Amino acid sequence: MSDTAIDPRYGTKPPKRPLRLSWGDERVRGIVYQILVVGIVGSIAYWLFSNTMHNLEVRRIATGWGFLEREAGLPIAEFLIPYDPTDTYLRALQVGVLNTLKVAVIGIVLATILGTILGVLKLSKNWLVSRVVGAYIEIVRDLPLLLQLLFWYALLQGLPGPRQAIHPATGVFLSNRGLKLPFFEWEGPHNWALLLMLIGAVGTYFYRRAARAKQMADGQPRAIWPAATVMMLVVPLGAWYAMGAPFTPDIPALRGFNFQGGLTVSPEFFALLLGLTLYTAGFIAEIVRAGILSVSQGQWEAAEALGLPRGRVMNLVVLPQALRVIIPPMTSQFLNITKNSSLAVAIGYQDIVSIANTTLNQTGQAIEGIAIIMVVYLTISLSISLFMNWYNSKIALVER
Amino acid sequence: MSAAETLHSSVQTNAPPAISLAGVNKWFGALHVLRDINLDIALGERVVVCGPSGSGKSTMIRCINRLEEHQQGKIVVDGIELSDDLKSLDAIRREVGMVFQSFNLFPHLTILENCTLAPIWVRKMPKKEAEALAMEYLERVRIPEQALKYPGQLSGGQQQRVAIARALCMKPKIMLFDEPTSALDPEMIKEVLDTMVMLAETGMTMICVTHEMGFARQVADRVVFMDRGEIVETGEPTALFENPQTERLQLFLSQILRGH
Amino acid sequence: MSITTDSLPVAPRLAPALSVGWLGWVRANLFSSWLNSLVTIALAYFIVKYAIGFVDWAFVNAIWSVPNDAAGRPDTSSCRDNKGLGACWAVINEKHRFMLFGTYPYEQHWRPAVVCVLFVGLYIVSAMRRFWRMELALIWAAVLTVIAVLMWGGVLGMPYVPQERWGGLPITLILATFGLAFAFPLAILVALGRRSKLPAIKALCVLYVELIRGVPLISLLFMASVMFPLFLPEGMNIDKLLRAQIAIILFAGAYLAEVVRGGLQALSKGQYEAAEALGLSYWQKTGLIILPQALRLVIPPLVNTFIGFFKDTSLVLIIGIFDLLTAGKTAIIEPMWQGFAVEVYVTIGLIYFVFCFAMSQYSAKLESELNHGRRR
Repeated sequence: MSDTAIDPRYGTKPPKRPLRLSWGDERVRGIVYQILVVGIVGSIAYWLFSNTMHNLEVRRIATGWGFLEREAGLPIAEFLIPYDPTDTYLRALQVGVLNTLKVAVIGIVLATILGTILGVLKLSKNWLVSRVVGAYIEIVRDLPLLLQLLFWYALLQGLPGPRQAIHPATGVFLSNRGLKLPFFEWEGPHNWALLLMLIGAVGTYFYRRAARAKQMADGQPRAIWPAATVMMLVVPLGAWYAMGAPFTPDIPALRGFNFQGGLTVSPEFFALLLGLTLYTAGFIAEIVRAGILSVSQGQWEAAEALGLPRGRVMNLVVLPQALRVIIPPMTSQFLNITKNSSLAVAIGYQDIVSIANTTLNQTGQAIEGIAIIMVVYLTISLSISLFMNWYNSKIALVER
Repeated sequence: MSAAETLHSSVQTNAPPAISLAGVNKWFGALHVLRDINLDIALGERVVVCGPSGSGKSTMIRCINRLEEHQQGKIVVDGIELSDDLKSLDAIRREVGMVFQSFNLFPHLTILENCTLAPIWVRKMPKKEAEALAMEYLERVRIPEQALKYPGQLSGGQQQRVAIARALCMKPKIMLFDEPTSALDPEMIKEVLDTMVMLAETGMTMICVTHEMGFARQVADRVVFMDRGEIVETGEPTALFENPQTERLQLFLSQILRGH
Repeated sequence: MSITTDSLPVAPRLAPALSVGWLGWVRANLFSSWLNSLVTIALAYFIVKYAIGFVDWAFVNAIWSVPNDAAGRPDTSSCRDNKGLGACWAVINEKHRFMLFGTYPYEQHWRPAVVCVLFVGLYIVSAMRRFWRMELALIWAAVLTVIAVLMWGGVLGMPYVPQERWGGLPITLILATFGLAFAFPLAILVALGRRSKLPAIKALCVLYVELIRGVPLISLLFMASVMFPLFLPEGMNIDKLLRAQIAIILFAGAYLAEVVRGGLQALSKGQYEAAEALGLSYWQKTGLIILPQALRLVIPPLVNTFIGFFKDTSLVLIIGIFDLLTAGKTAIIEPMWQGFAVEVYVTIGLIYFVFCFAMSQYSAKLESELNHGRRR
């Protein structure tokens, strides 16, 4: 006989065991327990539901989604899609969702950048730097976010009016009307350039993969940055230039009692973004720090002993391991930013919670209003979770 | 050759067996880990189970106290058939003690509390009585002075002896050992084996999964060799080791000897 | 080390002067390279500059109290003139009772004050390891009962104070502590349920946890404030604070359940098997072996989660419940005090910070201790 013979332990299937109707059988007990628990939970839910139905009837509260088609008549200060108070509630709610996404996405990007920088600085060998960063982290983490938001908002409101605005550079004004920044007129070619840049990023990704594959085949490492520069910078800029290179600066200036032109960041949005970013960066910094520390010194030493250059060690050995530790808690921080953006309602930034809340106050349809809030957040949370799980499983190590 | 033919060679057939496995099969998903296991163990018999890793030997003894569920066949322990009935399970767990490879002492309890836990809660013994009993067994494994320490403060060998005492405190009729010395440093193996030899001398029915051939020769009435989920060969230790009948056992023995 | 000096072949030499002592420390930690020195100096300059600015604002130029005007009301004009130069602590001086205790009857303020002290005492006792046993649950039950009696009164000669008049710090502490006390048992059950082999029970627990964790606390608080009244039969009503408390319990329960589940997962399978092999039943195994170990393991993350919803209780501001933050915000609603929000928020921040900082330091210390213990 030989070891290479087919393993006889494969190929058969276990028999199904019949269920014996006896209290002594664990499975029978399991089924009874489950029926009991589900029954209790179900009857509580039914009780609450029937009470609600009765109450709605008694109080003559309308139900259903008809109100979505009605005119909202609610003014919204900031919108990403055209909106007017004569539009429907549905439109208003869409504006709210986009406002939530706007602050969440920008907040996630800024907090990740700031948090990563702080996390690395916390590990600095310079005592003063690591202490200052440590104090910052401790302070933002130990104060309620709502308090921080109110604080920033109060501070922004305490700024002088437009006429006495703080004016640190040409076209930049900071006043109690918010932050004004210079921008340029956005025209068609800009869209094209942006699109080409995105295509270039995707192209760079595939180029990198192809270059890796070739390196594996012939052993020659290839530089990626020249191709990346061409695809993501030279081509878009060239296209923009070819289309006439439109560039009309749009610099805000004081006219009468307010500013004209430029990019406006409202005090509400500014306070919310500032608060969310500064708060979450404190948490992200700790995650990044822990992730870097989780890769033991032995890994650096082992990789360097193999003769890998330092940059490659970071790229090939340390970062993949640190990311495995960093990604899961980072996911929950991204979810937290999104959920915490709902505090907007306290300082008057009109996100989905604020608009749904106004809607339910105006229509009296509390259940529908809250259902909308919950569905929106569950959808966002689920999407972020699914994406991050996918990314995490891509980089996860197989551990036994 | 068939396993069934050599099965009853050394069993005293006049008394009912303490443990009887008949046609036992078990699967982990699609993997058939135990294949038609037939084995009778008499009261007072000491059986050593050996075989390469993944051969199903641990799974087999874990089926005996139902840490694993078998899916086909019949297991009778001390006259009680293992079935889906939770009552039979409770009864069997009282009669069968088990010692694990990784000790599995409860780190949040003292040595004494580890030993008195089951007598108090399962046997419903008064605390004083349980403590007296525990001290008796701790003396027998020769570590009474450690009674008030926590497991983390003991060496591996001491921990494993406590684990043996903990199992004995339930006054089991049968003791199962699942590779009790595999997680130990070489210098501690002997103290645990000595304890097991001493236990064997008291006439305890023992089934022991181990690769300690010296121990097998010294105390085992019978050695069972398993490979790929089946019992390949059984027999009296000297005969089995010196005159292996199958190629698989020869290969296994040569690997074991090379390893030592 | 057992090496003695006389076994060393050479006499010990002193390390170079610049690598030891405080000078060595400064060199190694602040001025180890040109770049480092530059960073240190620049950072130190900014710290000193802003520290001086802050001290000027908060102490040197600050106004601590204001005179009353003819109508007997505080005259805040001096504070307004001083704006931007110095803090107006007069607002705190004037309003601190209101910020701490809200609209609780003034002459009865000793009762919420005692309640706050009791809460702090309860936290300290809970933090001590020698109280980590079943008796702690009894201590909690007793203290929470005393707190309820003190707040409501109506017995022992204390006049009855309706819940609508409670406010300030006690509300924050009540929401957080009662939230923990009720959410914790719920969390344990849910965590066990989520690891159950029974699919229906597992599904229910997963649904509960994921649903709650997927939505912001605000939406639960809104639900508590506008939907709970619809849930109950006609005529039956529960007050606003209790509704918010229920929302916080449901919220905290889901997060704590995940923490507890982490502890359950961290235990080795061998612990479960050893308990089973000894013949312990499911509840004996869980109560005697699994939970005592799992909970001990998760105390640091548990404290961190508690810090989280200690801060999160401030969200009740949005549904108009009178906690510490709401009291602070309300204190500056009068026209004469408007514009002094920063002073009030700094003060309230200080109170939150003291609580959260103490807890986070405790959790960090405990974690390093537990890690140390495990490594041993």
